[in-house]
Amino acid sequence: MVNPQMVMYEEEFVQIQTIVDRLVKEANAKVVFIVDKNGQLIAASGDVEEIDTTSLASLTAGNIAATGGIAKLLKENEFATQFHEGENQNIHIQLVGNRVILVVIFDAKSSLGLVRLRVRKATDELNNVFEALVNKTQDPASDSPFAEITDDDIDSLFND
Amino acid sequence: MTFINYMAREINCKIVYYGPGLCGKTTNLQHIYERTNPDAKGKMISLATETERTLFFDFLPLSLGEIRGFKTRFHLYTVPGQVFYDASRKLILKGVDGVIFVADSQFERLEANLESMDNLRENLAEQGYNLDEIPFVIQYNKRDLPNVVDVDELRQELNPRGVPDFEANARDGVGVFETLKAVSKSVLTELKKSGAGT
Ligand SMILES: Nc1nc2c(ncn2[C@@H]2O[C@H](COP(=O)(O)OP(=O)(O)OP(=O)(O)O)[C@@H](O)[C@H]2O)c(=O)[nH]1
Ligand SMILES: [Mg+2]
Repeated sequence: MVNPQMVMYEEEFVQIQTIVDRLVKEANAKVVFIVDKNGQLIAASGDVEEIDTTSLASLTAGNIAATGGIAKLLKENEFATQFHEGENQNIHIQLVGNRVILVVIFDAKSSLGLVRLRVRKATDELNNVFEALVNKTQDPASDSPFAEITDDDIDSLFND
Repeated sequence: MTFINYMAREINCKIVYYGPGLCGKTTNLQHIYERTNPDAKGKMISLATETERTLFFDFLPLSLGEIRGFKTRFHLYTVPGQVFYDASRKLILKGVDGVIFVADSQFERLEANLESMDNLRENLAEQGYNLDEIPFVIQYNKRDLPNVVDVDELRQELNPRGVPDFEANARDGVGVFETLKAVSKSVLTELKKSGAGT
């Protein structure tokens, strides 16, 4: 397969969640979430009940994909950081290791300077975790639970 | 790119609806959205022009049920079919797990179908995918209209590989779920194969 599957294990998930939880506090943010470049939500923290994280994840990934396309046209490397200022809320979007997207939503209780500072630190930490995750996924010993699914398992999903 | 989350016990797959402008891709998603239980679907997002042509993509997240204790989630996307949106189509294809080609059965759209199919093949190849190898199904849409090409001829032109294909009238929902089920099944079967390979 061209695109190796992305896999998330408990160990790394806990590490990622810890980083994200801390970032919410240290950046005085409303919501922090992490999305892969295909729009799958990986982790979220903060006032997540108030927002539709699935939609937000897919739109953020679309946004990054579009600006990535623009960057390519301009023969630029990817635009790693984006900031959108709203009337009440702002959104800071950061590419991490060209693999995942770190999104911070904040209001007047925080500031762009603080968010930037905290995001920088979190980005380094996240980079390490995702690096480890990729190595683990490529390790042939980590086998998929789906090797053993049967045609009946698949069929039963569709019998309604 | 399937995303297997051991922590949340979920697998996420990406399905893309491809095809020429106005063939009925968005209509497929709208029908699925309308006919799915609220607990099995998320919000449908449409990034469209003022005339309801898809500008970037439509997005609909669905959950299908569990396999071996893993929730299966499918993210459905449509591409913009109009020729000049090619850059956006390429972006939407990134990380795709399965493709549905929606053909417009009308005579006057035969050429557009063929062009779109070639375009799909090229854009997939750019990402390193081979259309002949990925999970792929074809839908012959707008069968309700009077001016349609025979299915046999469409099949000859568009489906030499003999992938699963379906007649549809997406506006009335005919054939919509059959098409989706076929590609989902094919994606899961692929997952099973690749799982066995590692
Ligand atoms: N008669 C008939 N009309 C259909 C059918 N499916 C879709 N349409 C109509 O065709 C028109 C275009 O449908 P869309 O779903 O917006 O087409 P699309 O493929 O998303 O088009 P783009 O976004 O431009 O790529 C709409 O007016 C639909 O109501 C069908 O099976 N029969
Ligand atoms: Mg459309």
